[in-house]
Amino acid sequence: MTALFTIIIVLFVAVAIWQMVKIFDIAQVGTTQTQVADDKDNKINGYLMIAFLIFVYVITILCFWFIGDLPLLSNAASEHGSKVDNLMIISLVVIFIVQTITQFLLHYFAFKYKGEKGKKAFFYADNNTLEFIWTIIPVIVLAGLIIYGLFTWNDIMNIDEDEDPMVIELYAQQFNWKARYSGADNVLGKANVRLIDIDRANILGVDEEDPNAQDDIIVSELHLPVGKPVVFKMRSQDVLHSAYMPHFRAQMNCVPGMVTQFGFTPSVTTADMRERPEMIDKVKNINELRSERAAEIEESGQELIYEFDYLLLCNKICGTSHYNMQMKIIVETQEEFDAWLKEQTTFPNSLN
Amino acid sequence: MSATIDTHDHEDHEVHHHKQTFITKYIFSLDHKMIAKQYLITGTFMGIIGILMSIMFRMQIAWPSEPNVLFEALLGKWAPDGVMSADVYLALVTIHGTIMVFFVLTAGLSGTFSNLLIPLQIGARDMASGFLNMVSYWLFFISCVIMVSSLFVEAGPAAAGWTIYPPLSALPMASGGSGLGMTLWLVSMAIFIASSLIGALNYIVTVINMRTKGMSMTRLPLTIWAFFVTAVIGVVSFPVLLSAALLLIMDRSFGTSFFLSDIFIQGEVLHYQGGSPVLFEHLFWFLGHPEVYIVILPAMGLVSEIMASNSRKPIFGYRAMIASILAIAFLSTIVWGHHMFVSGMNPFLGSVFTFTTLLIAIPSAVKAFNWITTIWKGNLQMNPAMLFSIGFVSTFITGGLTGIILGDSALDINVHDTYFVIAHFHLVMGISALYGMFAGIYHWYPKMFGRMMNKNLGYIHFWITAVCAYGVFFPMHFIGMAGLPRRYYSNSSFPLFDDLTNTNVVITMFAIIGGIAQIIYLYNFFVSIFYGKKAEQNPWRSTTLEWTTPVEHIHGNWAGPIPHVYRWPYDYSKPGHDVDFVPQNIPLMEGEEELQH
Repeated sequence: MTALFTIIIVLFVAVAIWQMVKIFDIAQVGTTQTQVADDKDNKINGYLMIAFLIFVYVITILCFWFIGDLPLLSNAASEHGSKVDNLMIISLVVIFIVQTITQFLLHYFAFKYKGEKGKKAFFYADNNTLEFIWTIIPVIVLAGLIIYGLFTWNDIMNIDEDEDPMVIELYAQQFNWKARYSGADNVLGKANVRLIDIDRANILGVDEEDPNAQDDIIVSELHLPVGKPVVFKMRSQDVLHSAYMPHFRAQMNCVPGMVTQFGFTPSVTTADMRERPEMIDKVKNINELRSERAAEIEESGQELIYEFDYLLLCNKICGTSHYNMQMKIIVETQEEFDAWLKEQTTFPNSLN
Repeated sequence: MSATIDTHDHEDHEVHHHKQTFITKYIFSLDHKMIAKQYLITGTFMGIIGILMSIMFRMQIAWPSEPNVLFEALLGKWAPDGVMSADVYLALVTIHGTIMVFFVLTAGLSGTFSNLLIPLQIGARDMASGFLNMVSYWLFFISCVIMVSSLFVEAGPAAAGWTIYPPLSALPMASGGSGLGMTLWLVSMAIFIASSLIGALNYIVTVINMRTKGMSMTRLPLTIWAFFVTAVIGVVSFPVLLSAALLLIMDRSFGTSFFLSDIFIQGEVLHYQGGSPVLFEHLFWFLGHPEVYIVILPAMGLVSEIMASNSRKPIFGYRAMIASILAIAFLSTIVWGHHMFVSGMNPFLGSVFTFTTLLIAIPSAVKAFNWITTIWKGNLQMNPAMLFSIGFVSTFITGGLTGIILGDSALDINVHDTYFVIAHFHLVMGISALYGMFAGIYHWYPKMFGRMMNKNLGYIHFWITAVCAYGVFFPMHFIGMAGLPRRYYSNSSFPLFDDLTNTNVVITMFAIIGGIAQIIYLYNFFVSIFYGKKAEQNPWRSTTLEWTTPVEHIHGNWAGPIPHVYRWPYDYSKPGHDVDFVPQNIPLMEGEEELQH
């Protein structure tokens, strides 16, 4: 129905444009227009430049107002996340200031200096001082951002082995995720796609002979203890995937033929995150929207009521069902985590 | 008007003797002006396809999996009952990207204006090799035909994203589009690359060797500088993509393992071992990043020229503009890794690429400020070309600024491959380059077709397009920051993103209206070829040499001898002259000093 509606609107707009074209054509018959802008054109378009400047400001304000309560700027759930968010906010402020000023200058000048017949422009070809100023200002600002950025980057990417992070494998395949915990020894058993044995349910190709593999645990829902550093070792069995965990400000590609890694420390449990006021608002809003199209959602087999959960998404185009490749992440207390892990089947026991 | 040259002074017609048939004049033409028009019209048709695709997949995002009459009409058997499938969605985004980046904004933009303007603005009778120029166009045409024909393949066209990362693009069992569709994509691109290399070499040779007397490098219009540097970047980087394409063809068809290793798919282990998809990413982006400058530099050149002419003022900081083009060109070849911060490459490399990437903001900022200063205290003639040039600067700034976030590896982690990226690159290189192209078309239309485009239609076209461009891409920054990944067929699997649904509908509405606005342009363009008002020789009262040629195209460009050049191209409103422009071929007056630009 909406689609039909759209088509009708599209048709109307097309007809409207067609009519405008006709009017312009008729208006031009018999005139001696040169098709070069005259003072009237300069004036109209000069004013439109100001209108457009206002439009740019308005759309900026509207975006901040309606979709600017960015969950990704306020509710980082990992320890490095707040640093990333700070840098992001600083960058956004810099961008916002520069954008506001330069757009103003551009459109205001376009309005102020709109052409008039007989007027002569100011012959002004060069000024080394000005050139120097607007070379050096970006240099200084960027130097600050680069330094801050690189410190943050190194901080995130250098995994501190002294902290004894828990090693977990993230395993990607078209189109789902698996996680493998390394167990008590905190060492993952060797694995290779050539060892995959579907009949024996060895879907990750883990080496059955490897002593390190004996306590490994393969699951399809990721549980993490809060406050404990984790390092993810990522593999893919078929094509490129990307493990994207937006709430943890974490992302790394999964590349067939190699192991990539990303480490972080979850800092907010799922339960705590659900109780944050901004999250309650967000979920409430989402559920209101969902109730408007309840029939459609129930037909698709989804739960109607949405409850917040951390997610692992695939963020590298990987084929047909790329848009539905996800795994739930649950951050919980160490005790809850230990209890959950105890209930899971170890790798040797999971084989047929 | 003493300032315009009367070309009928020298009626020797020495270069005017070829008898031309329809075929040699319009089809296998060796004349750079005709080849430019061929590029433009071919690029326009590809652009129509690309934009239609984008409107279709935007509709899918706004109204996921709903029957749509447009899909039924245009996609036929690919959209049974008018419902688009996920594979078709991916194919559409892939081919949209490929067509817009390569066929419209590389060949359509560079091909058109380099061909048209290089000989005319440097004072040459034609390109260094007219024959190679023709070959370049026809190779481009063949690659277009192959790319379009891949849309009609049984299993669908390439659907691995325009970046065609293997293994997805290498294994037919990974994606339907990776069969014959991908083969055609690779063949088409290989031919395309050959075409742009031949074209680029021709441009370089012509600019270096065939400038008229007095046309020193520092008297070249900025357009020529931009085309010249663009051609150099193309020659440096396109062969790398060709090698990547060839290696991928080897992996696909001859069992090599350049990019593939340890793959288990559909129940079987493949024999590939030892390759790396990351290698492909390096090769791809070694072209792919310079490519965005191949797209944007010509637009910058066109805009600089048009802004100066329509402001009736010299371009501000001519030498700084050249220096920044060169700086951008150099830096563009050492920043490719910023597309790969989370690809699994060594984090130290990420640091290096963050550093080089953010450096590019400096020459870019210099250019933006110089454009703004150029219009300051000008006498702005608001022709459609000028509006698009101002629009260019506006979107270039808006889009460019968010590059500070994406170029910063620590921040890229979380917005990589989200709609934030889509917003960024569409504004900074997509819309901006398109504006540059439109500006160029409106401005040089009289030179190409001897007629004027209708200015009122031009105004309507600009203002609707300008509003819609912001309407589409500005909100995308925000849905990107909310974490929505790109290339999702539907967001309905993630209730998390349900609050973005309405924004997506608004974006699609803007996209539809913006797309329809292009019909105004197409109408104006094609109708004006036949019915536009006859152009004067120098309608915009510009200083560069192309406006000293007669309105009717003649082989060899100037009926008489080629004019000599005595000054730089930006003597607008120069004190001491009666008129507000002094063409380059007018000798300095007694006592007049050439500006130490």
